[in-house]
Amino acid sequence: MKRLYLFAAMLFLGSISVVAQGGGELRFCLRSEPKTFNPLLVEDEASETIRYLTGGVLVRVNRATLKAEPDLAISWKVSEGGKRIRFKLREGLKYSDGTPFSAADVAYTMQQLMDPALHSSTGDAFRSADGKLATRVISPAEIEIDFPAPVANLVNLFDTVAVLSAKSPQKEMAALGPFYVAERKAGSYLLLKRNPYYWKKDAAGKQLPYLDSIRLDIEQNPEIEALRFKRGEVHLINTVSPAIFEKLSADNAFVRDAGASTDTEQLWFNQAPGSPLAAYKKAWFTSTNFRRAISEAINRGDLARIVFRGHAVPAIGIISPSNKFWFNSSLKPHPYDTSSALRRLQEDGFRLEGDTLRDKAGNAVEFSIATNAGNRARESMATMIQQDLKKIGIKVNVVTLDFNSLLERMTQTYNYEACLLGFQNVELDPNSQMAVWLSSADNHQWNPNQKAPATPWEAEIDKLMREQAASGDERKRKQDWDRVQQIAWEQEPFIYLVNKDALVAIAPVVKNAEPSVFRPQTFWNVETLALAH
Amino acid sequence: MKGIRVIAIVVLALTALTILAASHLAPAGYEQQFRETPQAAPSAHHPLGTDDLGRDRWARLLYGMRVSLTLAPLAALFTTVLAGLVGGVAGYFGGWTERCCKLLIDLFLSVPWLFLLITVRAVLPLNVSPEASVTVTFALLGLLGWAASARVICSGAKDLMKSEFVWMARASGFSGMKLVRLHLLPNLRGALLAQFWISIPVFIIAEANLGALGLGVAEPLPSLGSLLRELQETVTLRPEPWRLLPLAVLIVVISSFQVLLKKQEVRA
Repeated sequence: MKRLYLFAAMLFLGSISVVAQGGGELRFCLRSEPKTFNPLLVEDEASETIRYLTGGVLVRVNRATLKAEPDLAISWKVSEGGKRIRFKLREGLKYSDGTPFSAADVAYTMQQLMDPALHSSTGDAFRSADGKLATRVISPAEIEIDFPAPVANLVNLFDTVAVLSAKSPQKEMAALGPFYVAERKAGSYLLLKRNPYYWKKDAAGKQLPYLDSIRLDIEQNPEIEALRFKRGEVHLINTVSPAIFEKLSADNAFVRDAGASTDTEQLWFNQAPGSPLAAYKKAWFTSTNFRRAISEAINRGDLARIVFRGHAVPAIGIISPSNKFWFNSSLKPHPYDTSSALRRLQEDGFRLEGDTLRDKAGNAVEFSIATNAGNRARESMATMIQQDLKKIGIKVNVVTLDFNSLLERMTQTYNYEACLLGFQNVELDPNSQMAVWLSSADNHQWNPNQKAPATPWEAEIDKLMREQAASGDERKRKQDWDRVQQIAWEQEPFIYLVNKDALVAIAPVVKNAEPSVFRPQTFWNVETLALAH
Repeated sequence: MKGIRVIAIVVLALTALTILAASHLAPAGYEQQFRETPQAAPSAHHPLGTDDLGRDRWARLLYGMRVSLTLAPLAALFTTVLAGLVGGVAGYFGGWTERCCKLLIDLFLSVPWLFLLITVRAVLPLNVSPEASVTVTFALLGLLGWAASARVICSGAKDLMKSEFVWMARASGFSGMKLVRLHLLPNLRGALLAQFWISIPVFIIAEANLGALGLGVAEPLPSLGSLLRELQETVTLRPEPWRLLPLAVLIVVISSFQVLLKKQEVRA
């Protein structure tokens, strides 16, 4: 009899659990209004969030295992050395407005994506050489895509391609993902509702997603977002600052440090030959010894401990150690060693006179570090670097500028000396950094748009980058990337400072959350997220 | 009322003494980072604790007051002189001169000064010391802040030019600088002083606003504005009330100025 009661109790609890898996409205904040609802034109974080929640993709990268998993495609095969990919698609799927999905939609999406007139940054990742893309619809459930040249990391790139409908009257608003945009009030909120035709089911055969809707409030101020989280008005915060993280931890709010992220914070010197800087300063900034001396004089451990309150690790190079496959594990952190820094500077003819470092010609070493106004962490890092470099006789002036002014100086006038900014590395595959490391690239910040590589090491990086981009062999690509990381570590065109931790907040009512260091950290498994009632 | 004025004078005198003796009263340099004790609570070594980078809050408050409470009155003096010149010329001459001056005043009043300040800061050379940077910021505030005061002075000067005693002075052969020196300036003195006192807290708050945008005083130099930026962190504020002291100082100093201002207005 006792066993019977226990069985009945378990059944009851089980039914509660099933109830807890269904319905409800998840709420979290966007920092800004999405700039576009066209998933092919996404560039900002808010639009990226909408794309992730509403877009159906052929392949989804699991943020926990980092493996590509079937989504709209059941299977795929890469051939011709990475130039061709054939997808077998799920059948009988529909968009949120009831329009059927077929291989023709994939063909339409890829043609749109690769149209140069669209200027899609998502499409740029597939563009490894000039030439046209060819799509061949074999059947409504099978398609073959041919690229003009091998594309690195081809399968994973499809994680960012939301398949548009070629026929739907709703155009890009017709969603194949778990949610669709149902309501929008400019500057205030967006309401996403469950896609009634979403194909995915859980292990028990229940249609996903569990949630009825997601409300995304536009909230620029992270402090207000944190207060709303404490009051239970929002359920998730994707990026929490270290200060707020500590406060929420102290208040027993549910926060998690998912570990070092792939984002980097770095300092670089202006090496552009056309910059209006004095010749002697250009000579400092183009000297490897000077850059490495500055790097060794910066106490990265203190930056991580003080500015990020321990929620960051000293950076080693281009790729964060959390990106385990691509990180060159033979590289060690740059040491904090002011004596070594001074030795390097002496090799270049610098000398310490009293408290002032002077170059060969007797010029006192003084430069400015510019960063974007309003970013407290960067301002604090610049202030700590100012104090660190004072110890080796260098005077640093910290300048905060509004972002547009800073961008103009970095990309148009080149009228700056050193800059402190960061990169958000959304892609795991470092191929996404081609636009930074090719010497001819716009974003090769220290000396952009070079007609020919200015230095032998930049020429070697160019060669390695092109080779890895054209190779379908992961081992060869890894070797190339290891060498690129080695060169960047030795030359330090970017002085990498820290890799911030991915700090998130998840309300206890949110079930099945598995925060990841990779974007979107808290809701990457949104289909299976549920609210406890 | 007299008692309150006395208190205001005492507060301002104490403030002036404190900022003059900042280097003696501060336990450490305002830029010195005690990296082993960031965000420390008040203690014997650090009476107001330390900030996020381990800098002594008390030292930063003293030097911040020195920066803001020295440069704001200088900027206020500059703006009052400009206002007196433009407003006085407009009121004295009248006619097309007045119309031209008022056009200039309207132009300055309609300028979105915050964006102008951000733009001017963006085109300034980057490699300037924090001291030079803060001086430029206050000079800009002074240069842009005279228009509203000029309107008041213009109106006062016009009224004076229509008054009987000025008519009599002119009938007696007074004109030009003699008329200005003996009749206009003494009678505009109250209005000018009022504009001066009003401008001081306005500039302190303007600098605080610029500081909140990260465009005020450059690191590591503190100002009341840069200290007030910490109050943006409302979530982290509650258990650390000593962080509110810069705000309390600003309120007390501005209130003291206001009390004295009321007295000046009565005289005017």
